[in-house]
Amino acid sequence: MKELLELFLAFARIGGLTFGGGYAMLPMLQREVVENKGWATEAELMDYYAVGQCIPGVIAVNTAVFVGNKVKGLIGAIAASLGVVAPSLVIIVAIAAFIQSFSELEIVQNAFAGIRVAVCVLIFTAVVKLFKKAIIDKFTFALFAVVFLLSIFVDVSPIIFVVAAAVLGIIVHVFFLKGGKAK
Amino acid sequence: MIYLQLFWEFFKVGLFTVGGGLASLPFLYDISDKFGWYTHAQLADMIAISESTPGPIGINMATYVGFTSAGIIGSVLATLGFIIPSIIIVSIVSGFLKKFSENKFVKGAFYGLRAVSVALICAALVSVVKISLINIPLFQETGAVLDLISIPGIILAAACYFILKKWNPHPVFVLGGSAVVGILLGFVGLI
Repeated sequence: MKELLELFLAFARIGGLTFGGGYAMLPMLQREVVENKGWATEAELMDYYAVGQCIPGVIAVNTAVFVGNKVKGLIGAIAASLGVVAPSLVIIVAIAAFIQSFSELEIVQNAFAGIRVAVCVLIFTAVVKLFKKAIIDKFTFALFAVVFLLSIFVDVSPIIFVVAAAVLGIIVHVFFLKGGKAK
Repeated sequence: MIYLQLFWEFFKVGLFTVGGGLASLPFLYDISDKFGWYTHAQLADMIAISESTPGPIGINMATYVGFTSAGIIGSVLATLGFIIPSIIIVSIVSGFLKKFSENKFVKGAFYGLRAVSVALICAALVSVVKISLINIPLFQETGAVLDLISIPGIILAAACYFILKKWNPHPVFVLGGSAVVGILLGFVGLI
C-alpha cells in the first residue's frame, strides 16, 4: 500500500511539473524514478521512452505504466498513471471554471517565457546523461545523427524511425556483433 | 447518455493516438463535428491552454474537452477513457519485454532504439530552444546576428546550468526560479 501511494505521489509530482509534453518530463523522471526511488535504471527509462513512442497513448502515461508495472504489477501501473493525470485534472478544471483567458494574462506569459528557458537547460542536462549510455559505438552514433537531422529538417513521424531503428538494431546486433561493439 | 459517450469516444482517441498528445488533435476535431459538444474555436483555446499549463498536453486536452462537454464528471471520464487503452496495452507489452529481455532479438532492438530515443529527445530540445532562446522573426526583420539570440535568455540558461551542475537541486526549483525571473523582468518583451 505504501509503495502504491509512493508511485501515485511521485508520478503526480512528475505530471504536475511537466511543461510542454512528454519529452520535457525526462529530467523529472530521471530525478524521481532513477535517482530518488531507484525504480528503474537510465537504460530502462530509455527503453520505455522508445517503446512508448510507437504504441498508442501519450508518452507520459505510457512511461508511468511501464514504471508502475515494473514496481508493483498492474495495480502499480494504475496508481502511477492516475498520479500522472491527477494534477492535469485539478489544474485544468480550475482554469476552465474560473480563468477564461488564462494564457493571455501577461504574468502567465512572462512566467512561461522564463520556464521555457529552464526547460531547455533541464532537457539538455538530461539528454547528455542518456547520450553517454546509448551512443556506444559507430553504429549507434550514425543512427543518432541520421535520425536527429531528419527529424529536425523533414516532417517524418517518429514511429517510422523507431520501427527502422529496432529492425536495424536487430540486424547489427544479431549478425555483426559477437558480444562486443560494432566496428 | 453523454457520460458514456464521452468515455467511449476518448477510449477510442487513446487507442489511436500514437506518438504524443498533439497526435490526438484530428480526433478531437472529429468529435466536435460529430457531437457538437464544443466548437472548433473553443478547441483552439483549449489547445493553447493545454500547452501552457503543467501536465502532458494529451491529458490536458482530454480533461479540458471533457469538462467543456459535461462538467467535472465529464473531465474525469474523458481522462480515464483516454488512459485506459495505455494501461492495457503497455501492461501487455511490459510483460512481454520482461519475459524476453535476455533474448538477442529484443536486446538488438533496444540497442538501436536507445540511439533513436536520444536523437528524438535532442530534436525536441531544438524545437524548445527555437521558441525560447532564438528570435527568428526579429532576425529576419533586422538582419543583425545579435537579434537572433536572446541575450537575457542565454544568461538565464547559463545561470540554470551553473546552478544544476553546482548544487543539483530538484528541477522544480529551477523551473520556479525561472518563472519568477520571467515575471520580474517581463521576459516576453525581452525574447
